[in-house]
Amino acid sequence: MSAPLRSRPVAWPRRVVHAVLILLALVFLTLFLLLPLATVFVEALRQGLGPYLEAIKEPEALSAIRLTLLVAVIAVPMNLVFGIAAAWAMTRFEFRGKALLGAFIDLPFSVSPVVSGLVYVLLFGARGWFGPWLDSHGIKIIFAVPGLVLATMFVTLPFVARELIPLMQAQGSEEEEAARVLGASGWQLFFRVTLPNIRWALLYGVLLCNARAMGEFGAVSVVSGHIRGLTTTMPLEVEMRYNEYEYVGAFAVASLLALLALVTLAVKTLLEWRYGDEIAAHAPGGH
Amino acid sequence: MLELSRLHRRFAGFQALDDVSLSIAPGEFLALLGPSGSGKTTLLRILAGLDYPDSGSVLKGEEDFLATPARERRIGMVFQHYALFRHLTVIENIAFGLRVRPWRSRPSRSDIRARVDRLLRRVQLEGLGTRYPAQLSGGQRQRVALARALAVEPDLLLLDEPFGALDAQVRVALRRWLRELHEELGLTSIFVTHDQEEALELADRVAVMNNGRIEQVGPPEVIYQQPATPFVCEFIGKVNRFAVRRHADGFAAGGWMPDGDPWHGRFTEAVAYVRPEQLRLAVPSSLPAWLAHLRHIYLAGGVAHLDLYVASLDLALEADVASEDLSRLGLQAGMELRVAPRGAVLFPLDGKGVPLCEERWIWHARSPVAA
Repeated sequence: MSAPLRSRPVAWPRRVVHAVLILLALVFLTLFLLLPLATVFVEALRQGLGPYLEAIKEPEALSAIRLTLLVAVIAVPMNLVFGIAAAWAMTRFEFRGKALLGAFIDLPFSVSPVVSGLVYVLLFGARGWFGPWLDSHGIKIIFAVPGLVLATMFVTLPFVARELIPLMQAQGSEEEEAARVLGASGWQLFFRVTLPNIRWALLYGVLLCNARAMGEFGAVSVVSGHIRGLTTTMPLEVEMRYNEYEYVGAFAVASLLALLALVTLAVKTLLEWRYGDEIAAHAPGGH
Repeated sequence: MLELSRLHRRFAGFQALDDVSLSIAPGEFLALLGPSGSGKTTLLRILAGLDYPDSGSVLKGEEDFLATPARERRIGMVFQHYALFRHLTVIENIAFGLRVRPWRSRPSRSDIRARVDRLLRRVQLEGLGTRYPAQLSGGQRQRVALARALAVEPDLLLLDEPFGALDAQVRVALRRWLRELHEELGLTSIFVTHDQEEALELADRVAVMNNGRIEQVGPPEVIYQQPATPFVCEFIGKVNRFAVRRHADGFAAGGWMPDGDPWHGRFTEAVAYVRPEQLRLAVPSSLPAWLAHLRHIYLAGGVAHLDLYVASLDLALEADVASEDLSRLGLQAGMELRVAPRGAVLFPLDGKGVPLCEERWIWHARSPVAA
């Protein structure tokens, strides 16, 4: 019955404007996004696949990959739990200081990552507030894995919560109340009603959180101490190799990070396309 | 027997419940009727265990209902927007209350299935069991919500604005159906509504609420014919309101006089309420009446609403007559009529102009003559 969808005929001056705007956007994207991304892979494979694989198989590179995964495996689940708890508190309870909690959740977005790293050095470093006490108990945080995890958690803290809060606000608590009246216990209520309703948004938030956790440079750089093979994550490894003129090695590791970004982007797009209505309309602000 | 006594509940800045006491008999169908913000939903949520009063008690027989967790109260609740679980099918929605039971009291898989099937038949949704809530119409969702509430075999069914989100025709049909269901199941039901027609039609008893207080509790006909307060007069049905003053020989308003004075001269002013169908048209000239100008006739199916202007009161009144009486009485817009109340509810005003509810006077014309 309905006529095939066709864009309205537009007068040619407007068509020119359309074309110019589209062209401008494409040029920008190519120049500032696609070209650099392509460069990463081109540079990494400049001397062929052999040297590329060789560069990745180096013990330092492998240890950086392992460390990056380890940090993400600890930081992401922690933020998952925190994110759900914070979103629950923000959307299901009325309490004093709610606005303040909201502001605190956003804090990592507005603080420079370097500063967040520095804060941990000031707290737990050798001359920091808790430094001497930690030292006397043989606990090492700064220039060690715990420091990396802490800094990463700080930086990625908002991702899950910010994704869930608008959605849970929009969904309201009526379904949970219904479950409660029907006799569900707290856990049943969470796993049978709340979680299924937020699962895609949660996955989306975890994805973004993970991408950032693996790619974080600034905060991690400050607390890492750059001990190669011990406290360098992939982004730090890239920088160190680059500074040592190991271009293929640097770009090889960078290509892995770029690959991670592409996979994240693909899954994210898939989620948005398939479950757009179950994901909060507003993706978290500034990265 | 459910005994609510002296319930108070305060939210930031407003009193949702202000000294509410009410007893609910087993098997009763009770309506909580009031405008939004009157506290009716708060009362329902307290019974459901979703909210708690600041003070007061709720007893179910000997049992302290407030100390019983929501999940042990044996309550079925239908939420205003149904609150169906959107990620579960109709069958899973209905079975939810049974599936979350601890395994000792949980019916077997086949028992649950059988019970769900029975409920689907009862709410006339056979064949829709595998659909998701988003694939159902409003009326179907409402029935799923009801089936889900009934699945746990509650003693008490709570309904929050059960028909609020439905269109007019579905609403009336579902109303009758719900009434039949209530009689068939014999459980105690309490429903919240702001629609007075719904409350009067469905309930055995209606509690009219305003500003966190119960203004009047009673059977629908008592609420309608003997309203206890000016609020009930104005909230239930349409009503004409005018001032009445005492003169040397009794109360009067613009040429009309109710005979008698039950207050024996204690008050000089009162406010009177007359329902549109209590206005008698074409009063013979031997009886006191107002001279009214018929401004317009609004024909609404079987009933016609007459827009009358009474110059001596400087007030527009509304009168209802059966449509078929229009031609019998020869009514036409623009004509002059003699009208007088057949009955009225009057409240005297104290010195500050506040109506005194306990001094209510229900007045009837002495020799009611059909209009």
